[in-house]
Amino acid sequence: MTATPLAPIALIAEDEPLLAQALQAELARAWPGLQVAAIVGDGESAVTKALELQPDVLFFDIRMPGQSGIDAAAQLADEWPDGKPFPALVFITAYDQYAVQAFEAQAVDYLLKPVQPARLAKTVSKIQDALGKRGASGDIESTLGPALDQLRALIGKVPEVAKAATLNVLQVGVGNNIRMVPVEEVLYFEAADKYVRVLTEAHEFLIRTPLKDLLPQLDAQRFWQIHRAIVVRADAIESVSRDESGKMHLTLRGRADKLAVSRLYAHLFKAM
Amino acid sequence: MSRIDWDDMLRHFVQVLAFCLVIATVQYGFQPDKPYGPLVVYSLFIGTSIWAIIDIGRGFFPSSVETGWPLGLSGLLLVAGGIIGGWFVGNHVGDYVCKMYGLYQPGTAPADPAADLRSSVLVTLLAGCAGSYYFYSANRSRYFERKMSEARKHMDEARLKLLETQLEPHMLFNTLANLRALISVDPARAQQMLDHMIAYLRATLNASRATSHSLQAEFDRLQDYLELMAIRMGSRLKFHLDLPGALSQQKVPTLLLQPLVENAIQHGLEPKVGDGEVRVTARRDGADLVIEVCDTGVGLSGLSPANGKGFGMSQVRERLATLYGDRASIEFANNESGGCRVVIRYPAEA
Repeated sequence: MTATPLAPIALIAEDEPLLAQALQAELARAWPGLQVAAIVGDGESAVTKALELQPDVLFFDIRMPGQSGIDAAAQLADEWPDGKPFPALVFITAYDQYAVQAFEAQAVDYLLKPVQPARLAKTVSKIQDALGKRGASGDIESTLGPALDQLRALIGKVPEVAKAATLNVLQVGVGNNIRMVPVEEVLYFEAADKYVRVLTEAHEFLIRTPLKDLLPQLDAQRFWQIHRAIVVRADAIESVSRDESGKMHLTLRGRADKLAVSRLYAHLFKAM
Repeated sequence: MSRIDWDDMLRHFVQVLAFCLVIATVQYGFQPDKPYGPLVVYSLFIGTSIWAIIDIGRGFFPSSVETGWPLGLSGLLLVAGGIIGGWFVGNHVGDYVCKMYGLYQPGTAPADPAADLRSSVLVTLLAGCAGSYYFYSANRSRYFERKMSEARKHMDEARLKLLETQLEPHMLFNTLANLRALISVDPARAQQMLDHMIAYLRATLNASRATSHSLQAEFDRLQDYLELMAIRMGSRLKFHLDLPGALSQQKVPTLLLQPLVENAIQHGLEPKVGDGEVRVTARRDGADLVIEVCDTGVGLSGLSPANGKGFGMSQVRERLATLYGDRASIEFANNESGGCRVVIRYPAEA
């Protein structure tokens, strides 16, 4: 509602400089009214810049340094401030079979590189439609809800690692020794910079396997992702509470830590 | 043989009938004074009996995959048994049929029964052997044709797979997108980029033909690839290729280093936020050539298969092993300063 309908703002996240410039130039032709406020070259900057500029349209490349366009969008959806409509999202890819299939299935708008003017014109008119409708009803719920649904569906469907065998025991390096930690003792995993923290009732370990490589090896029934950086053992959760701003938190059996549940995964917790 | 192929059987049966008719006709040609009818009857019955004994009988012996015939002596015995058995059975049934239908005209009783017997045995023996040999070699050549087309299919598949890894679609389309962008803003550079791309594509497509070329040629191809990537990644990518002149004519398996450099870019530098560098060096260490590919990328992560990411890497390992056996080695490690280092070592030429 606060967005001025006259000058919509766009953010482009694309790591190859020439392609980012070319998209900007094509957009200037296809949609002269659109103002490209910034161009960023990696997934993290995409999130930071988007939160800072609060644009109306996002063009996110899928393969970017740091984190993928889809992960960046998921993080953004999570951290997006209340009261501001969520931007229209367009993904860009050179060739990602799975992504394109998932986009088709979820009716997510996407562009294939090299971007063709005719195809871009279609996308532009779709976005303009969406922004027009948004102007009418324009709150966060009506824009974020559908975006979250789409992202949830995309995250599982664009595999970055192949399904691996289920992991039963974690091999954790402790000094010169390797300690065997059964996964059923783990309360939760938390991604921290280059490591993943493994928390049991009594201990905390660090492993180098990234969370996204670890996740496919865990039993999805028992281990739930509740945040992009946190995976919890479901039967270790004691209670779920919602604070006045609507944010969800988990308390665990056997540990005092309170864990934040992101918007993307809030739908997992519903009273039976 | 565990099951009978009825289509095959029927085809054989029809061929046998035709063969028998030909034999009867040839015999009639030599002895036009004798009636044609009995010749056809005997020929058909003897021929089909032989065929039935052999073709059904071979199902009871372990047979060779090549030809579908019983192995060794049992094959010969089966043919001999088929010819002898077929001759007796066929004659017997032939006699019976000829008498029943009155095919012998009165007064045409055999003038010389001994001569008739001799010619009958001889014809049966020759025709039986010829027929058996025909089916045997037909089976064999069909087997070889099948094998050949299978082998061809395997080769095509392997080549296709190699090509797909080399012409990674993601790389191809991103490069084309860059080219499309450059054409309008900097045509001269676009042309340069296109030239590198042409050289890269030509080398990739030709790689399966020549098994080795000079280190100079290999480094030139790396240069083409890295120039392409430098245009795409802009200031993020720096690279150094260091090939001492003395080593430039040493042999190297075609595009051996290519997958290593591509991995350094795709898995090392592209995922990294910020700038990075790839360095390829060749040096001589005693009797060995040592080639190093170093990058300052994200390095190998904890659980990822450190000794070979995907098809490209296992292919490098296999090629080295086939060509040099134990005398070649390949090592992967993370650099102390971050990034990954691959060291290849193989015997140099004198």
